[in-house]
Amino acid sequence: MKTTKDTTAPGDSGDVRLTGIGKTYGAFTAVHPLDLTVPEGSFFALLGASGCGKTTTLRMIAGLEEPTSGTVHLGDQDVTALPPYKRPVNTVFQSYALFPHLDIFENVAFGLRRRGIRSVKKQVEEMLELVQLGEQARKKPHQLSGGQQQRVAVARALINHPKVLLLDEPLGALDLKLRRQMQLELKRIQTEVGITFVHVTHDQEEAMTMADTVAVMNAGRVEQLGAPADLYENPRTTFVANFLGTSNFIEAEVDSASGGELVLRAGGGKLILPEARNSAPTTTGGKVLVGVRPEKISLTHADDAGGIPAGRNRITGRIAGAGFIGVSTQFVVDSPVCADFEVYVQNIDRDPRLVPGAEVVLHWNPAHTFGLDAAQDIDAGVETVEEEVA
Amino acid sequence: MATLTQAPPVAPPPAPEKRPPRRRGRWTPYLLLLPGLLWLLVFFALPVIYQASTSVQTGSLEQGYEVTWHFATYWEALSEYWPQFVRSVLYAASATVLCLLLGYPLAYLIAFRAGRWRNLIMILVIAPFFTSFLIRTLAWKTILADGGPVVDALNALHVLDVTAWLGWTAGDRVLATPLAVVCGLTYNFLPFMILPLYTSLERIDPRLHEAANDLYAKPSTTFRRVTFPLSMPGVVSGTLLTFIPASGDYINSDLLGSTDTRMVGNVIQSQFLRILDYPTAAALSFILMAAILAIVTLYIRKSGTEDLV
Repeated sequence: MKTTKDTTAPGDSGDVRLTGIGKTYGAFTAVHPLDLTVPEGSFFALLGASGCGKTTTLRMIAGLEEPTSGTVHLGDQDVTALPPYKRPVNTVFQSYALFPHLDIFENVAFGLRRRGIRSVKKQVEEMLELVQLGEQARKKPHQLSGGQQQRVAVARALINHPKVLLLDEPLGALDLKLRRQMQLELKRIQTEVGITFVHVTHDQEEAMTMADTVAVMNAGRVEQLGAPADLYENPRTTFVANFLGTSNFIEAEVDSASGGELVLRAGGGKLILPEARNSAPTTTGGKVLVGVRPEKISLTHADDAGGIPAGRNRITGRIAGAGFIGVSTQFVVDSPVCADFEVYVQNIDRDPRLVPGAEVVLHWNPAHTFGLDAAQDIDAGVETVEEEVA
Repeated sequence: MATLTQAPPVAPPPAPEKRPPRRRGRWTPYLLLLPGLLWLLVFFALPVIYQASTSVQTGSLEQGYEVTWHFATYWEALSEYWPQFVRSVLYAASATVLCLLLGYPLAYLIAFRAGRWRNLIMILVIAPFFTSFLIRTLAWKTILADGGPVVDALNALHVLDVTAWLGWTAGDRVLATPLAVVCGLTYNFLPFMILPLYTSLERIDPRLHEAANDLYAKPSTTFRRVTFPLSMPGVVSGTLLTFIPASGDYINSDLLGSTDTRMVGNVIQSQFLRILDYPTAAALSFILMAAILAIVTLYIRKSGTEDLV
């Protein structure tokens, strides 16, 4: 599910290439000059909080926004100076922007007719079948539900066989259940038609379930780019670590390095970090942020600490809170090295002693540890996530 | 009171003791309609009935009139004054087309491009209403006066040669010609065109323009296929608000025209107030009303606005 799709040979003529593209509005920089290549046929997500420049980037590919600097290439063609109606690119707008005076058939046929294609009936009907709206062809947009309108918007764009389909938060207006359903639907359509999709979203789960490659954007810059699993496991900044899922951070000092492993000191204890998973400078005595995901951690009552296998990273603490959510229990552990350590424990064998106030030992496989440069805000990306969820 | 106002249910209320509060709710809409209905009854319906009876009366001012169901008055009025009818429709239609041509770009500009100037331009559009219709029309008499700068300029540019050849003006003057009357009508009814146009253009989501652009429609096609169709409700109400009053107008023809530009409004006015032939005047009024009604119905059918959102 989270593997990068095989793309055809490099230098393929269908890639979207952004070179030094940037956008400023007066003194405000919406997008800092960035380079980005979207391989042909891939499902690419631009992920970030509102105002991070992801939509502006998308609109520059569509031609709806003129870049202040840089160029946009579709394959070998430089389209930077082309108006939107001359670009082989189509957009699914956030609010769908269906033409209210035209019925569904004519909405979908719009692009074909503008390109002078006379016999559109067969193509439109096939496209409406693909999005399962064959019955609704003669209805007006306002007679359809949100999910149906969304599918019309997709059909209206896809029928033109664009080189790239741009999706601007296409699922934002739908409720949660419908959104999940449409995510799978879009993914199915993308696999079926094989067109490059560039999807803008602020929903990290959406980006991770759908995309082959995710670019996490923050304050007009691309923070990190990669396959969803890679971004999740190996975040290179605290923003990415916090924006994609939840991360625990421990401030530690470098003690020594040997055999591909870094030994770190934190609050009297020692932690091991694989060198390959560290993106911080590693001079002895230097500061490193040690990160670990909540689901990688095991929780053992202090009385049983002797039974923990050697070689695991361990820290001690006291349970401050526990929330039972069915498949797992989410603990918040107060530890000397980190105030709110989050731990998700699968509900396989529940230890009845693990209640708030209990002394515990947290331990995890050192391979699940990642190291980040300590010279950054630990909480970057945290607030935004909560904001979007609320 | 608001808490008692409920939508009347389809099924009759099952419990009779619940009726008193419900009844009040049920009558509220009619109570709200009452003042308006009374007003229309006294000042519209009664005069119309009175005029209808006048139009089929015969007699004279000295001996008094009585209803004789003399429908021939209609035929006589029509056969004598049909040129004025035709002229009214032509002038009103020309003024309406001119209003649309002048008003649409302005309404478009206010709706999509004016930015912070929007309110100022709107005030300028409405500003003429601060003075009376009569004074505004009299001002045009000065503007189009013989030997005035406007007429001199038009003469120098040989524009009047063209309009004279078309029959819109006579010789080297503008005043007392059809052109002057149509210009006056256009000027006086322009705001009635701009306001509904602006309202319907302003409601169009600018993202629809982007969507059309994105779907290979160049700006002119976007206008033709998206903007204009979506502004049709404004076009229809604007043209109606211009055409209907313009076709019954007599002030513009009176002040800016001549005996050759008399419209049906002028005839009705002189029949009523100068010749005192009330039946003919009433019959003319009814023919005008019927004609406008017919034209408007046909127009609305043709433009298919009921199909628009």
